Amino acid sequence: MIAPTLAIACRLMTGAVAEWRVDPHATTQRVYFGNHSSHLDFIVIWCALPPRLRGLTRPVAGGDYWCQGRVRRFLADRVFHAVLIDRQHAGATAGLAVARESLQHIVDGLGRQHSLIVFPEGTRSASGEIGAFKSGLFHLARARPDVQLVPVYLENLNRILPKGEWLPVPMLSRVVFGAPLEPHAHEDKAAFLARARAALVALKASR
Amino acid sequence: MTAFHDRGWAALIAGVVALLVLASTVGWILSRRARSDAARATIDNLNARIRAWWVMAALFLGAITVGRTGAVAFFSLVSLLALREFITLAPTRAADHRALFWSFFIVTPLQYYFVWTSWYGLFSILIPVYVSVFLAIRTALAGDTEHFLQRTATNYWGLMICVYFVSHVPALMTLHIAGYEHQNVKLIAFFVLVVQLSDVLQYVWGKWLGTRRVAPSISPNKTWEGLVGGVLTATAIGTGLWWITPFSPGAAAAMACVLTLMGFAGGLIMAAIKRDRGVKDFGALIEGHGGVLDRIDSLCFAAPVFYHLVRFFYAS
Repeated sequence: MIAPTLAIACRLMTGAVAEWRVDPHATTQRVYFGNHSSHLDFIVIWCALPPRLRGLTRPVAGGDYWCQGRVRRFLADRVFHAVLIDRQHAGATAGLAVARESLQHIVDGLGRQHSLIVFPEGTRSASGEIGAFKSGLFHLARARPDVQLVPVYLENLNRILPKGEWLPVPMLSRVVFGAPLEPHAHEDKAAFLARARAALVALKASR
Repeated sequence: MTAFHDRGWAALIAGVVALLVLASTVGWILSRRARSDAARATIDNLNARIRAWWVMAALFLGAITVGRTGAVAFFSLVSLLALREFITLAPTRAADHRALFWSFFIVTPLQYYFVWTSWYGLFSILIPVYVSVFLAIRTALAGDTEHFLQRTATNYWGLMICVYFVSHVPALMTLHIAGYEHQNVKLIAFFVLVVQLSDVLQYVWGKWLGTRRVAPSISPNKTWEGLVGGVLTATAIGTGLWWITPFSPGAAAAMACVLTLMGFAGGLIMAAIKRDRGVKDFGALIEGHGGVLDRIDSLCFAAPVFYHLVRFFYAS
């Protein structure tokens, strides 16, 4: 009831049309990784999925934001089944133990049937430019090499609901699901992250 | 309302349905005869356009049959969809966000509210006077001077084209014309039919005979043959529809001629904007046609001219 209503509202507000360059209906476990510029980002990706897959696809989101207030908490737990991570303590200062714990939490979130939505930049970009990726995606790919990594480019979301604004302007946006990253054996962290980011940048350039 | 009991209105709807049935039949016959891939693609696009015409005609005629409220609801939605397509292509920056929010959610509803209440004084100056001043102030207060002139001018023109101009169509419902009371819905139908048929006929004549381009740097599809053929045939149809208007046959011919020329100009101006922004269509909402703004480009510039001609010569 809530999920379809939300999907329609999201569609009205963002006019998001999904372009698929990968089979949308495959039940393969996937990690959808997108560029991050708006609070609407994961909702837009989630709504663009076939309804059957929405229930199996969980966004990975910052607990500091989604645990505030009962509405957010309810949406995160009951509607999106979000995997909430503790961003405040997962920074560079916190040390390896917390980072490992977060990663384990995310890997657990995948389980045997779920897919995930992640934003490897770690935070929203104000300009809409795609920033450097944090290392989480690399470790996730290492931990679960069987999962497909699908780049998702989101266009115009930073104009619809930019960082720091709370009222949306209903411009038209685009969601492009690209081909999954090819697995490369023995690739180091920096090379992998650069390649993953390049896959997103390539989707931005494509029409 | 009264439109339900108007025999002219019933005849008009029957005419539109007959025209659509004819178009669908021709499209079906052509699709059975198409042999080459190129021909098939053209015919598929034509049939997609005809299917979309059925939907658009049903929504439009259904809405205006309800009367002023239906017309205001329909065209305010058209305005919002058009403005969204226009602003998406505009070079906006983060500092414009609040001004844009106002444009969509305050200015547009307010403009149509003034149409709905027939408040001519405010309807005619809200956007040209108050909004133009307010938007510039709001954007200046946001503090970002990068491309300031271009941004404010584009946002303002977006509101003028998509909201102010378009709102003149439902505003036809508010004119008091002696001897034509409660029949203004037919004036809207006359306006939309003539302008849109002129578009279609220019397309048909252009595909059939078109060779010499009017403005090759703007649009490859606009030819002199299409323009002259479209203007003449649409003017003839407009003249033949004089009985649904308060005009004499001669005046109906003159009005229809002005409308077709303004419609052509609107299409040309919007094509220039698309060329400038590097896109082929404003959107993809209407299958075969592109976006809402692609469909109503000719209406935008014809609407205020038609409204004021009727107001000046006929309204009391």
